[in-house]
Amino acid sequence: MLPIRILIADDNLVDRKILGRILQKQGHEVLDAENGADAVALFKQESPDIVLLDVMMPVMDGKEAARQIKQLAGEDMVPVIFLTSMTDAYGLADCLESGGDDFLNKPYNPVVLQAKVRSFYRMREMHQTLQQQRDTIVCHNEHLIQEQEAAKAVFDNVAHLGCLSAPNIRYLISPLAVFNGDVLLAARQPNGSMNLLLGDFTGHGLPAAIGALPLAEIFYGMTAKGFGIRDIIREVNRKMNSILPVGFFCCAVMVEMNFERKSTSIWMGGIPDCYLYRVADASLHTLRSQHLPLGVFGDSRFVDSLQEYTMEPGDRLLLWSDGILEARNPAGDMFGQQRLEDAINSAAAAEMIFPTIKSTLAEFQNNSERDDDITLLEIQMVLPDDIAVDPKAVATTSDVGPMDWSFSYELGPVSLRNFNPLPLVMHLMMEVPGLRMMSGQLYTVMGELFANALEHGVLKLDSTMKRSPEGFMKYYQQRQEHLEQLEDEWIRIDMEHQGDGVTGQLRVRFVDSGDGFDYQSLQREEDSDLLEVTKHQYSGRGISLVSQICKSITYYGKGNEVEAIIHWPHQEEE
Amino acid sequence: MTVETLVSADGKELTIKVFGRFDFSVHQAFRDAYDAHQPAALRYVLDLAGTSYLDSSALGMLLLLRDHAGGDAADISIVNCNQDVKKILTISNFEQLFTIR
Repeated sequence: MLPIRILIADDNLVDRKILGRILQKQGHEVLDAENGADAVALFKQESPDIVLLDVMMPVMDGKEAARQIKQLAGEDMVPVIFLTSMTDAYGLADCLESGGDDFLNKPYNPVVLQAKVRSFYRMREMHQTLQQQRDTIVCHNEHLIQEQEAAKAVFDNVAHLGCLSAPNIRYLISPLAVFNGDVLLAARQPNGSMNLLLGDFTGHGLPAAIGALPLAEIFYGMTAKGFGIRDIIREVNRKMNSILPVGFFCCAVMVEMNFERKSTSIWMGGIPDCYLYRVADASLHTLRSQHLPLGVFGDSRFVDSLQEYTMEPGDRLLLWSDGILEARNPAGDMFGQQRLEDAINSAAAAEMIFPTIKSTLAEFQNNSERDDDITLLEIQMVLPDDIAVDPKAVATTSDVGPMDWSFSYELGPVSLRNFNPLPLVMHLMMEVPGLRMMSGQLYTVMGELFANALEHGVLKLDSTMKRSPEGFMKYYQQRQEHLEQLEDEWIRIDMEHQGDGVTGQLRVRFVDSGDGFDYQSLQREEDSDLLEVTKHQYSGRGISLVSQICKSITYYGKGNEVEAIIHWPHQEEE
Repeated sequence: MTVETLVSADGKELTIKVFGRFDFSVHQAFRDAYDAHQPAALRYVLDLAGTSYLDSSALGMLLLLRDHAGGDAADISIVNCNQDVKKILTISNFEQLFTIR
């Protein structure tokens, strides 16, 4: 063991030497000073472990020296013990008041002296260990926060592509950790539908970030390609199940809003009861989780069934994670479902529901510590025209993209029966930024041309059937029957793109195994259809609509081949 | 003790009791409760009569127990839940994974 270095200050030479001798015999190293000022100077120079000070000394007394030494020591613990022959309790207490840690009575008892020196030295060592541990923790913590900030930056890059700023969305996210355990994503599909996901990962910080990244990637990637939420939620679950360790999962609610059809589909797993508010009768309909959280089951046991609702403009979905229910007031009570429902019912108008929940919650919490992340989302059903697709809101990937490419895709009878090729084909086109800007129109073109090739070409259905409501039903019955009877029919989709990054041309050709048709007469027929579209809402979205979008549309052969040419940037033609 | 265990006479059933708040703070004790039991039990009973509250990290611990007990083949009953605990288990649809009595 290293010798303990002890500074002694006493103006009485004899006392000083006696004390010094005892300590040296006990194996300690001794430094001596004649008064307080010398002691302070020596302390600065030698940084001893322990200081022993006589109270009464010339030049500077012990109390003042103690004050200065304590100040010099700063955060380090330097025990200061007063040497005194006083027995007056107030005098002794005063010594400790001025910064001393203890006192020793003269004449010295070597046993007590040794015990005190050892005891204070142990305290000093313990204090040093604590300081080192504290410094290590501070250092680790800074490191952790840095890592979380980096993770958050990566996540923000992935997650903030969405359309949370759309006029029919209001939301509140309050992060508990640097990286929030809650995830909120929104994006438009090429057909204009809106997909939203509110997720709550177990834990905060990095474990949550690890799951949130692929979740956002899958959500935005698949939404941009036109997948509905049933496909997306299954894919997200598969991913979460394979990457998250057992015991980690993501509670989530996922919504698909179709503004054209005024309908909404909802998947809920592990999310507390949420509401559908109907503006017509100011009623609240409870939305209840029907599924386990994401990541618990593997793909084979995962259930992707959805709850379907119709919604009128002004109706709204009110969604949240459990954080809002578990928010506490200063007394420790939880906000709970009842207070939430009361807040909604107390709102003066539908418009006021969201701000009322927010203000009621803030008032309840009254700046108390947060337990969990609070995420609150309101989505309103609106008319399609009120929510025109902002090209930037459709999830994007990168720069110039592929400019010169071609692709040919032939589907046989089994594929035609079971598979929709449009998301894949749309995906290829969406890699071209210029085409991404007109994804809605492209979807219409591809959808119409594919439907024509399949229904009229391959399935040989008569489009005139769709003109009456009864025929419309029958048409879809026959469509199903004919699909089941397919044997060696096929459809081939050829695509070719050329462009320079500023403008470009897409050539799409659909060829089918059918008999073709008298296309000149169909075109005339469709033209008349369009004029009567208000009378016959059952058909009419035909070739005429497509030709408004395309530069040209031409039939070939016996009518079983059609070629559409599309230029971008798209010019609206009056 | 916030976590207690009880083994049936034949050694095949392990009962785990959790007292107070069932959250991350009992993580180690809960894990030790089933890890320490050798050979592994065939049936598990989780008695939550003394559990006041259960959070999402506890749900994670239940999934870890389920994994330990054989995943889809696990035989785990959760019994004596209070109203709050039952609600949390219901919201999460955990009755699809555990027998809740």
